[in-house]
Amino acid sequence: MIGFWTLLYKELLRFWKVAFQTVGAPVLTALLYLMIFGHVLDEHVQVHGVRYTSFLVPGLVMMQVLQNAFANSSSSLIQAKITGSIVFVLLPPIPYSAFFAAYVLAALARGLMVGIGVLLATVWFAEITVVAPFWVLAFALLGGAMFAALGMIAGIWSEKFDQLAAFQNFLIMPLTMLSGVFYSIHSLPALWQGVSHYNPVFYMIDGFRYGFFGVSDVAPEISLGVVFGCFAAVSLLTLNLLKRGWKLRA
Amino acid sequence: MAAAVSIVDVVKHFGSLQALAGVSLAIEEGEFFGLLGPNGAGKTTLISCLAGLIRPDSGTLKVLGHDVINDFREARRLLGVVPQELVFDPFFNVRETLQIQSGYFGIRKNDDWIDEILHNLDLTSKANVNMRRLSGGMKRRVLVAQALVHKPPVIVLDEPTAGVDVELRQGLWQFVRRLNGEGHTIILTTHYLEEAEALCGRIALMKQGRVVALDTTANLMAAHPGGTLEDVFVRAMHQ
Repeated sequence: MIGFWTLLYKELLRFWKVAFQTVGAPVLTALLYLMIFGHVLDEHVQVHGVRYTSFLVPGLVMMQVLQNAFANSSSSLIQAKITGSIVFVLLPPIPYSAFFAAYVLAALARGLMVGIGVLLATVWFAEITVVAPFWVLAFALLGGAMFAALGMIAGIWSEKFDQLAAFQNFLIMPLTMLSGVFYSIHSLPALWQGVSHYNPVFYMIDGFRYGFFGVSDVAPEISLGVVFGCFAAVSLLTLNLLKRGWKLRA
Repeated sequence: MAAAVSIVDVVKHFGSLQALAGVSLAIEEGEFFGLLGPNGAGKTTLISCLAGLIRPDSGTLKVLGHDVINDFREARRLLGVVPQELVFDPFFNVRETLQIQSGYFGIRKNDDWIDEILHNLDLTSKANVNMRRLSGGMKRRVLVAQALVHKPPVIVLDEPTAGVDVELRQGLWQFVRRLNGEGHTIILTTHYLEEAEALCGRIALMKQGRVVALDTTANLMAAHPGGTLEDVFVRAMHQ
């Protein structure tokens, strides 16, 4: 277990040493989103009976949790692979399950830290209530963990920074931006409403938002089931890749 | 008693390139063993197989009787590897690097031994310096230190003195000799043949993924009376 705790500690320390970039910058980005969209739409739009800025905040929080959990595990692995320092974690007798758990937990910690930061920064600009904290916590933890595991796959698969950027820009960004962070899917045409139901991030955002307002597009139990299923599938795939040493051990 | 390292008929291909063509070796406990050969001979591939960084196509590798695939946790615990590439984690200072590496091997409180390694590798004054700020030679010393944090009985040094000044070489060999004297098995790859001649009790010469000569340094030298290990090496490579 000491190997696991050490790897977790090292991964936490890694992003904390550059917290200005890994925590501060995403909080600022979310704040800018809120100020711009809130300024333009707050007077004109209500969603689920709440003002637009209040609707937007939970979406921004969850989006940053997911994106930063992904960024942490993926960037840590790709940097270690490209610089060669990955040998320091491949040479010791760390079981692959401990390897997985340490990377996921550290990435989740960064995601949650950014999420809390976004909430603290935006709470001054919108009226925020939390009617069901369990759902907030459940979706943040499961969604963040799933994206952390997905980040591991991206980091293991990528051999160059531009491959990771492609994964991020062509998969993660569209999945999160088109998940209902900025809108309710009921405002979409029927076709795109249907398409949105195939996006797992939609369930994460919708369920997370339910915890704040008690209103959602899909029942939170169903959303949690979908998110848990995705987390389990991605985790099993990641564990399998680690066990085989795919792209890590030639 | 199990050999420190046992390698039996190891084969490894990278695509169409045969990197190891059925290598077999046995290295006894307490030996100072030299693994020599030109670039591309397969030395680093063999070491990577032993360290679990590369999976061989066939054959078995054991460290003190523990299979590096089926019993990898114990095998890795018994092995310390100084990689050939000058790699480092830029987020940490020297002491943090060594504490973290100790933790990976399951050792929590290791500061006394870390201090001793730092002293022996003349790194004490750099203990709190970030890895990025170290010179190439200093980074090489930290790599050696990282391989030793868990006091492995078998130590593999893959070209540890490449690009290193004379002072460090002397200090490093003094320290490694001491470890060997205390019972650690040392496996060394180097292109500095005079180092191998002076340090290694037994030497394997590799060429194109095969062991082409394997004997004590004295016996290899005896084949060339008055010659050097370089003469032995050149002849073996041209046969």
